[in-house]
Amino acid sequence: MTRVHDMGGRYGDGPVDPGGPDDPVFAQDWHARALAVTLACGSLGQWNLDMSRHARECLSPKDYTRFSYYEKWMAGLADLLVGNGVLTKADLAGQGDDMPHPLATRSMKPEAVAGIIAKGGPADRPYSEQPLFQPGQTVRTRRPADNRLTDGGHTRLPAYAAGATGRILRHHGAHVLPDSNAHTLGEAPEPLYTVVFKAEELWANPEHPRDEVTLDLWQSYLRPA
Amino acid sequence: MPHDHHDHDDPHALLPPEPALRVKALETILTKKGLIDPAALDEIIDAYQNRIGPRNGAMVVARAWSDPAFHAALMKDATEVVADLGFFGRQGEHIIAVENTDETHNMVVCTLCSCYPWPLLGIPPGWYKSDAYRARAVREPRKVLANFGVNLPPESSVRVWDSTAEVRYLVIPQRPTGTDGMDVDALAALVTRDSMIGTGLAKAPS
Repeated sequence: MTRVHDMGGRYGDGPVDPGGPDDPVFAQDWHARALAVTLACGSLGQWNLDMSRHARECLSPKDYTRFSYYEKWMAGLADLLVGNGVLTKADLAGQGDDMPHPLATRSMKPEAVAGIIAKGGPADRPYSEQPLFQPGQTVRTRRPADNRLTDGGHTRLPAYAAGATGRILRHHGAHVLPDSNAHTLGEAPEPLYTVVFKAEELWANPEHPRDEVTLDLWQSYLRPA
Repeated sequence: MPHDHHDHDDPHALLPPEPALRVKALETILTKKGLIDPAALDEIIDAYQNRIGPRNGAMVVARAWSDPAFHAALMKDATEVVADLGFFGRQGEHIIAVENTDETHNMVVCTLCSCYPWPLLGIPPGWYKSDAYRARAVREPRKVLANFGVNLPPESSVRVWDSTAEVRYLVIPQRPTGTDGMDVDALAALVTRDSMIGTGLAKAPS
């Protein structure tokens, strides 16, 4: 079954508000702080990007829906900090001590910020086997779209594209598999492909007969069709 | 790792409910323990507020419009080409450029979260992260485009790129007519953020 974040294709959300060209990067000062605290905590090295995405996805549907974007980040971060033993619940409740933390030596220093941002964290990995699929080949996505390693776990196959037939557009080499990496089961790199689907394959009433949707999908999400 | 919780035992529920206070409380706790340095937070904010933003992407697009060799290299391996310009890093480790033509209009979304090419476009705008955009862009891109004042002719098809992995997409909008002879800086001024996401078109020269 899906989680609340998996909303592609959902009905009922109303118009998109495009904002204006002069909107600030951060609508509120605390948005900027929330982003910065999250990035700085990531440098402690206690979780990876897939775990942080999964933490936000694990918010209850009620919280996920009522929280604004950066509130989700804050809630996900608080849950990661406690879930990975960096902080205790007493710390979050303001009842902890102020002793220097064993991980404090890893804290992100101001002079290191530019380098860390510029370095990034590439997701491609060496892979010795031949990819199973080639551009132009027809494939079908697995259904249901659930994680096959951990019940209720993280996956990047959206429900709207489960069980759909598409065509391989591009092979990106092997990338870290989020379904595994989000659950500390290892990076388990697999070939990653861009797969293109006709809109009519995904939707009962597509807007236009030639419209298409592409997704980036790992090899284990796909079968020959 | 986090597990599913009942509301009452979620760690995050222990923080103050008001968002600004919640962030402040977390920042204070982490700072006291030496886990974060507020001066580093200031550096991160400065980078994304003042240095890393859509002007980077606009320069790439303007060069692609102006220089056939650059254009060819960009379409072949955008990651390498933009890295050479200094646009590499967090949330932009794997870049693909997709080009709008008379036949095909490209548009980018992340239905599962908010993936976006940070080194080229900066932090995504609020609408890109909204439920409405994430839910609707894949199913009814033309109606979403209409929300942005863009109405595509029926002869062009729409290809929506759902960013489900660590590959980030930069849309190369069509070069506006009446721009022959304009230099790269003048062209870059016509390239809006939304035109590089595919929810807008490049501006006409004034």
